Amino acid sequence: MKNKVPLYFLLFALIALFMGMFFGLAASFQYLLPDFLKEAFPFSKLRPFHVTSETSWIVLAATGSIYFFVASVEKFELFSSKMQWLHFLLFLFTGVAIYFSFAFDYTEGREYFAFKPILMIPILLGWVLFGINYFKTLYTNMKGWPVYFWMWGTGIAFMCYHLMEAHFWLFDFFRLHFIKDFAVQWKSTGSFTGSWNMLVYGISIYLMSKIKKDSNVATNKMAFFFYFLGLINLMFGWAHHTYLLPTQPWIRYVAYGISMTEWIVLASIIYNWKRSVLKVEKENHPMAYRFLLATDLWIFLNIILALLFSIPAINFFTHGTHITVAHSMGTTIGINTTILFSALFFIAHRLQPRRQMDTPWVMRGFMVFNISLFIFFVSLIIAGAKRSYWMYVSKEGSFAEMQDSIVPYYISFFIFGIGIFVSLLIVANPIFKVFLQKIKT
Amino acid sequence: MVANPRPYIFIMVILLALFGFYNYVIYNTDGYVAVEKLSPVAVNGQQLFQKNRCWSCHQLYGLGGYLGPDLTNVYSTEGKGPNYIKAFLNSGVKSMPQFHFTEEEKDALVEYLKQVDETGIYPNYDAEIEATGWVKIKYRNEE
Repeated sequence: MKNKVPLYFLLFALIALFMGMFFGLAASFQYLLPDFLKEAFPFSKLRPFHVTSETSWIVLAATGSIYFFVASVEKFELFSSKMQWLHFLLFLFTGVAIYFSFAFDYTEGREYFAFKPILMIPILLGWVLFGINYFKTLYTNMKGWPVYFWMWGTGIAFMCYHLMEAHFWLFDFFRLHFIKDFAVQWKSTGSFTGSWNMLVYGISIYLMSKIKKDSNVATNKMAFFFYFLGLINLMFGWAHHTYLLPTQPWIRYVAYGISMTEWIVLASIIYNWKRSVLKVEKENHPMAYRFLLATDLWIFLNIILALLFSIPAINFFTHGTHITVAHSMGTTIGINTTILFSALFFIAHRLQPRRQMDTPWVMRGFMVFNISLFIFFVSLIIAGAKRSYWMYVSKEGSFAEMQDSIVPYYISFFIFGIGIFVSLLIVANPIFKVFLQKIKT
Repeated sequence: MVANPRPYIFIMVILLALFGFYNYVIYNTDGYVAVEKLSPVAVNGQQLFQKNRCWSCHQLYGLGGYLGPDLTNVYSTEGKGPNYIKAFLNSGVKSMPQFHFTEEEKDALVEYLKQVDETGIYPNYDAEIEATGWVKIKYRNEE
């Protein structure tokens, strides 16, 4: 294999995933023992490590997969290999700088981008290089793009925009007006997630078309209809995060209307469920196929939850509770991570077609992962429901008493968090081996 | 391969134009209730709130972390207020560590929370839930 940069992206993505889970478990331990190491490693110090590492996992794995698919599967000659190298090095060194920034408390940023704001410059530069390389490569190699090429292009372009938007607070025009500033902050983070979803969901359609050996999956009118529906939600649907913020009501009306279009997505999933499963050719990619099946299930569960709390009357009770965390963890682990693991297995199979991936251990890991995630997800929903009951119904007792009453669900959340960590380590083991062997040769 | 991508390009151009216009309006729209701009002291407090990652555990308008309570109206809630905030900043509690803020820094944080408090109400107990699923929130100027 000549171009190894995609594998470097994927390897560092996996390292970020497991480091992020370790930080997440360490942070969640403080829900159980609040005084434990709170002066040396307070929750407020561990959480940015966790969030940034997991965001990096998604972004690096999606980037590495896209580079691999474009250069090694589609066999398009990259516009610039040097630019790809520079992109990787920028992300690598900025990642290290961000960890130092967290370790030494240079954390002037905001939630999700807690690091020193100047570090956003090399990140943005990396995305711009990725964009130039991607669009130039595609433009010279292909006309009439399938939908996944549109989705990846959209994801890259909107990522650049929303990363900038997330730092508009540096200007007084935003910063001095608290409500506007706060709304734009949550607009940018919501759309930032929408941007990486474009990359990851594009990967899932790519994998489906390759595993099924059916390019129609990515070129039919329905695929484009859902792409544009997703794009409209990315652009205008963010304000369901801020229904209770005293913004102008029209902003929230628009968000309510746009969010409700996702019922169409749910109806489509239910309608296509059986048909899509039966058509899939699974022999060549058993684990990629299984992870996509798991994605189907997790999309179904998460979209129901998301749709329900996009209704303001329900959002009123779920907002500010762990039900929101269940949604964010359910989507990042249940949807993004399963799609990305499907991509990793697909890539590992391309690199070593003879290697058996669905070993008994990997299968056990896969089962434990899904069961653990389900209990983890339900624990958060129950914890959120109890918090909501305390906020809006009983209104009795202090915050600390309410927290104490949901400790059993935090214990369950912690234990099954370990289950997710260990099972994914087992599942990732053969992928690590393939990537390391290919990098060495 | 898509035989005729032109309709998709056309839709994309229209969406981008709408997105540009929508962003322009959003960026130039203030909150529903007219409030003073953040004062220099409050901006300093906001910087401290960010630098010390208070958002990791605490929420404003239900947005932030879940380990600590929401702080939107901690300034004006009966039985709480500036001294209550400073007491927590001085000693920490449960998983909240001691932060060793100077008196000036504590004042800045209190000023920031005071100005946040003036912008609205959360949790919004007097909001009206309508049959359409809409929630009409109660604003500060309706008190």
